[in-house]
Amino acid sequence: MAKTAEQIRADLLRPIFRSGPAYWLAVGVSGSMVLAGVFAFSYQVYHGLGVWGLNWPVFWAFDITNFVFWIGISHAGTLISAILRLANAGWRRPVTRCAEAITVFALSIGAIIPICHLGRPWLFFWLVPYPSERQIWPNFRSPLLWDFFAILTYLTGSMIFLFLPIIPDAAAARDLAHGWRKKLYAILSLGWQGNPKQWHRLESAMHIMAIAIIPVAVSVHTIVSWDFAMTPVPMWHSTIFGPYFVCGAIFSGVAALILAMALLRKFLHLEEYLEPIHFDHLGKLLLTMSLLWFYFTFAERLTTWYGNDVAEMSVFWTSIRQNFAPLFWTMIACNLIIPFPLLAIKRFRTITGTVIASTTIVVGMWIERFLIIVPTLEHKFLPYAWGSYRPTWVEITLMVAGFGMMALLYLLFSKLVPMISMWELEAGVRKAPIYRHQTVAFDPSGARARAGVREAEATDLSP
Amino acid sequence: MVIDLDRCTGCEACVVACHAENNIGTAGPDQAARGRAKHWIRVERYWEGEFPNARIRFQPVLCQQCDDAPCEPVCPTYASYHTPEGLNAQVYNRCIGTRFCANACPYTVRFLNFFNPQWDKPLHLQLNPDVSVRSVGIMEKCTFCVQRIRAAEIQAEGEKRELKDGEFNPACVQSCGPKAMVFGDLNDPNSEVSRLARSGRATKLLGELGTKPNVNYLQRESWENGKNG
Repeated sequence: MAKTAEQIRADLLRPIFRSGPAYWLAVGVSGSMVLAGVFAFSYQVYHGLGVWGLNWPVFWAFDITNFVFWIGISHAGTLISAILRLANAGWRRPVTRCAEAITVFALSIGAIIPICHLGRPWLFFWLVPYPSERQIWPNFRSPLLWDFFAILTYLTGSMIFLFLPIIPDAAAARDLAHGWRKKLYAILSLGWQGNPKQWHRLESAMHIMAIAIIPVAVSVHTIVSWDFAMTPVPMWHSTIFGPYFVCGAIFSGVAALILAMALLRKFLHLEEYLEPIHFDHLGKLLLTMSLLWFYFTFAERLTTWYGNDVAEMSVFWTSIRQNFAPLFWTMIACNLIIPFPLLAIKRFRTITGTVIASTTIVVGMWIERFLIIVPTLEHKFLPYAWGSYRPTWVEITLMVAGFGMMALLYLLFSKLVPMISMWELEAGVRKAPIYRHQTVAFDPSGARARAGVREAEATDLSP
Repeated sequence: MVIDLDRCTGCEACVVACHAENNIGTAGPDQAARGRAKHWIRVERYWEGEFPNARIRFQPVLCQQCDDAPCEPVCPTYASYHTPEGLNAQVYNRCIGTRFCANACPYTVRFLNFFNPQWDKPLHLQLNPDVSVRSVGIMEKCTFCVQRIRAAEIQAEGEKRELKDGEFNPACVQSCGPKAMVFGDLNDPNSEVSRLARSGRATKLLGELGTKPNVNYLQRESWENGKNG
């Protein structure tokens, strides 16, 4: 890929400034999905949560399945991009922004769902510890409160992590744009001029965020798993849940990333940037996660089977052999049996192959979350209190709205920001000077950058 | 509380009494079939053996008022709250309806108001003024008829005396024809409940979970000896 900086900018900024009818059609479709969700939610608020299929004893189902699903998808981005940045993997450059955007949007959707699912959604802010007239703190022992803090931290962190590398690109767009866009990019670029002091600060900030975001990401999905594991309920009360959920999250996240990349490649004509090699690398990562996920699933099921606890076995058999068996074995097919040959055999690990595997994995991981929640709630300890669950149109509409919202946010974002980090790509292509005669090579001690800063201060580059 | 399974006939008078005392709305047949009925106390029926040699067991199940209740730590707003005297209170005004408590409860004795409560006429004319009516989206459950406990306490305080054993009862206990249910202070070694709880027949429901329930079930002695049924 021997493109000049000018070509890179022309190719990557083109989709921002030009939109065809297909784009507006996509916006219309995904926007209608979101509007349908708004209608379904209003209907639910007006009539009560009874318009959902929830019942006694299945108090969580599609709502929390979608919550865990989207929080899981959000692990695509920031975590993967942070790890690849820290490992200084050169092939990451066209992938990171696409991944980081998934994180921010999926996490936003994941954060809205638990608010919608409340019996009294208008009181969600009672989870916030603020000095209120009620004179009571939220309960810090509750995993839901840990969720609130973990998701808020991760959302804030991943927004910063997404925003930092946008600054130089926004500056580049600012220099080309007119009208309202010029004003917008002027704000987004925070007065960026590309002087050494600014480059140094950007690099430091990105390093700090890349390191800080990894434990945050791990903690988020661990805490999501603790929503289940902290209860004395069969097949939920499990020590394996933390790492199992983190693994599942990265698994579904990488799959979502591959799907997003394939779509961007096709619709934004980024064939020369998102190349088969990127899908090949991510396919290998996906294969690793698939095997790791199966290892966790196998370990969980086998220990339960040998433990032979009465209550756990009733959940175990209902998911493996009885009512939920079709879903369970579909999940195994989607998450292991179909993706494994596609990802393990080099000949199949193409763009098409990884996209097929990712599609089945996204479906399979949604089913996995459903199978964690519903069979357990249907089969708790006392057989008299067993029940069954069937979703209504309201829940299904809200779920569709989640996917519509993801698509809509992604579409709008792709019109504001280049979906590939231009300056990072240029730095990767040219290795040496970019924008100005300064290097952004890895500089752990900061000595070179500080020297540059001193030089810059001496020559005064301020406007 | 002590429940003698030998005495329970499964008549469900306790269920009716509980509905009347605690302003529990009626769901109607359609919603009840969808699992929206609320019964703070229910009589579980279990069959043993195959027809025609089947035997039926009745087991009234209500909130066990656990000392280590799994519903309490998981509530983010302290709606599920342990009172100083050891009741699992549900503070309706604090509840935002996460339903986490219901999922954490091993006994499945917590209920959500899926809709605003309704009563089949003329039941709407007999609401108990001592009990608040719960709106949509709120969890509710057995309170051990806390309104009766408070009333008796206030009465005793006014008369400057201690509460007497058996001075008041929750609605379920009061209405139990065969006197299968006994209510009282388990901390008082001389009370009727303490005496029964000390008998060799007393067991805890799902006691192995470590929830420390405060309801004792007296197992069916006559059944095991073949005297009954």
